[in-house]
Amino acid sequence: MNQIEFRNVWKKFKRGEKLNSLRDTIPHLFKKTFSFNNDNGLRQEEFWALEDINFEIKKGEVVGIIGPNGAGKSTILKLLSRILVPNKGKIEISGKLSALIEVTAGFHPELTGRENVYLNGTILGMTKREIDSKFDQIVDFSGIAEFIDTPVKRYSSGMYSRLGFSVAVHMDPDILLVDEVLSVGDIAFQAKCTKKMRELLKSNTTIILVSHNLTLIESLCNRVILLQKGKIIKEGISDEVIPYYQNIVYKIEEEEFKKEMASDNYKVKINQEPLVNIRSISLCDANQNIRENFKPGESISINVEFESKEKINNPLFSLDIIRHDGVLCCASNSKENGLFIDSIKGRGSINIKLGKINLAPGIYMIKVSIWDREMIHPYDIATKDIFRIESEGVISNNAIFLPEAKWKMKQ
Amino acid sequence: MISILKEIIKYKDLLFMLTLRDIKIRYKQAIMGFMWAIFMPIIAILSGVIIKTAISFVSGKPLDLSDVASISAKVLPWTFFISSIKFAVNSLVGNRELVTKIYFPRAVFPFASIIACLFDFFIAAISITLLFAVIHIGISIYILWLPLLLIMLILFTTGIGLFLSAANLFYRDVKYVVDVILMFGIFFTPVFYEAKQFGKWEKLMLLNPIGSILEAINSSVVLHKSPDLFWVFYASITSISMFFIGLIIFQKTEPLFAENI
Repeated sequence: MNQIEFRNVWKKFKRGEKLNSLRDTIPHLFKKTFSFNNDNGLRQEEFWALEDINFEIKKGEVVGIIGPNGAGKSTILKLLSRILVPNKGKIEISGKLSALIEVTAGFHPELTGRENVYLNGTILGMTKREIDSKFDQIVDFSGIAEFIDTPVKRYSSGMYSRLGFSVAVHMDPDILLVDEVLSVGDIAFQAKCTKKMRELLKSNTTIILVSHNLTLIESLCNRVILLQKGKIIKEGISDEVIPYYQNIVYKIEEEEFKKEMASDNYKVKINQEPLVNIRSISLCDANQNIRENFKPGESISINVEFESKEKINNPLFSLDIIRHDGVLCCASNSKENGLFIDSIKGRGSINIKLGKINLAPGIYMIKVSIWDREMIHPYDIATKDIFRIESEGVISNNAIFLPEAKWKMKQ
Repeated sequence: MISILKEIIKYKDLLFMLTLRDIKIRYKQAIMGFMWAIFMPIIAILSGVIIKTAISFVSGKPLDLSDVASISAKVLPWTFFISSIKFAVNSLVGNRELVTKIYFPRAVFPFASIIACLFDFFIAAISITLLFAVIHIGISIYILWLPLLLIMLILFTTGIGLFLSAANLFYRDVKYVVDVILMFGIFFTPVFYEAKQFGKWEKLMLLNPIGSILEAINSSVVLHKSPDLFWVFYASITSISMFFIGLIIFQKTEPLFAENI
């Protein structure tokens, strides 16, 4: 049975804060008030936050929604919780829905913890009788029993959100919406929350989880929906969708990085007219094809073309590979690796074979420099080609290096 | 229209809790606490008495106790009306966190603020009843009109409150306009004086449903006579239609609240 159905849902928002003039709005409002068929076109300053969204969620499924900021994840949650209505399309929901979003929104600072439990509980959709029967459980879960009759304005922010969370997790919904709220309180409280989430997972509750924590999504969800710019671009099991998403993220970062490097202030200026300049850097795979994307474990070689105006004795070449966040991943120079160059003049090129480099998926920058013999004065530094290692599986940490580890167990 | 009322009944616990919240926070951290619910109308009554005394000096007609009683009987509903409107206008905008984050029928906000004002009204009404007993105003069969008149007053107030709370959500200008109207409203409503003092302008005073309701309350409670049936009928019709107009406008605009607040 489908518990949630989104059929061709469109939702638009307005940019900027310009109020519509009264002359336009009053007739418009009248039209809306009396007919309420949503017009389909975009007016000025409007944009589609969701475009033609279709999905179905069955009872008991745990579905994750991922995507970059502004993809429309929260809009979907707001549509689900009926705070917003779609401009076009249909949303069908069966069963009692509750949301672990903004669990303290219903709190009033002047009221005591006890009063706020009742107030927030009814705001979230519980009846007074339900709260009566669960009150002790709620207070117990929050762990702030001794302050329950203190106005919440005197609470610390941790106590505040713990109480809010405690109220919210004690509803028994058929559908639960969760939006990045599982990081509340200290470690002990988070352990409690995780336990509660496990219980909910077992209890056949339909759960929709929005998070940027991909590890969490992967461990909890059987299905993942990937949103980008208001469209579903991929949907399926988490092992498929999450690596796909990671690759997209890397691609975006790469473009931003390139833009940044194209701007002038990034270029290193040493002399007005360098004696030597590096004309190009290119990356090749094992078959000498120029490429920018590699898979982990592929062998990579680098070609550097340079031109020197005068004869330079004993120059030294160095190569650094730097991850997009500035971590130096490997450094090498011609002298250390046993290449002694007598002198260079005119055009030439140098080839560096890196072999299997085993860098973790991510975006990297290559920096090639030409130095004098003592490595004191650089003739030229070129920081150019970005290359990208694509991910194949789910990468959940920030490791630099992927060892070709072989695991064995002995018993 | 019926569905919105049904929804509110479904969320009656929430309505109760929000009302309780509105009442509690109004008097939290005030030494006098709930006594303010009595003091405020008493201050308003006293200012009415002062004005009345001044008028009686000018006209040479002595001020008697029944005049004081009339003012009291009319000030209380008037205070209920203006405070309800004031709180209702801000009820949605003041709860923007909830309006944009959690779903429930938004009409509970204006409803809760009006019920909270009603609570104040009843507290003050009890003390005024005691005052009436002390000054021997007496009671008559016409007091049976009072429940009907109060219901009309509540319906009218609720209708306006619903409409204005929604309007203020879209255009914050509404709040200022309402403040000005409420501030000067007392001059155009027969609160400190009687409508008939205006001679041929009397009808204009009574066209304002609040005016005709106040006059009718005065007749049935203090003057012990039947209120003017025509104006009671007129007030009932306007109040009921105002209530439903407010409700319909609120319901139609409700889906747009979250993104326009």
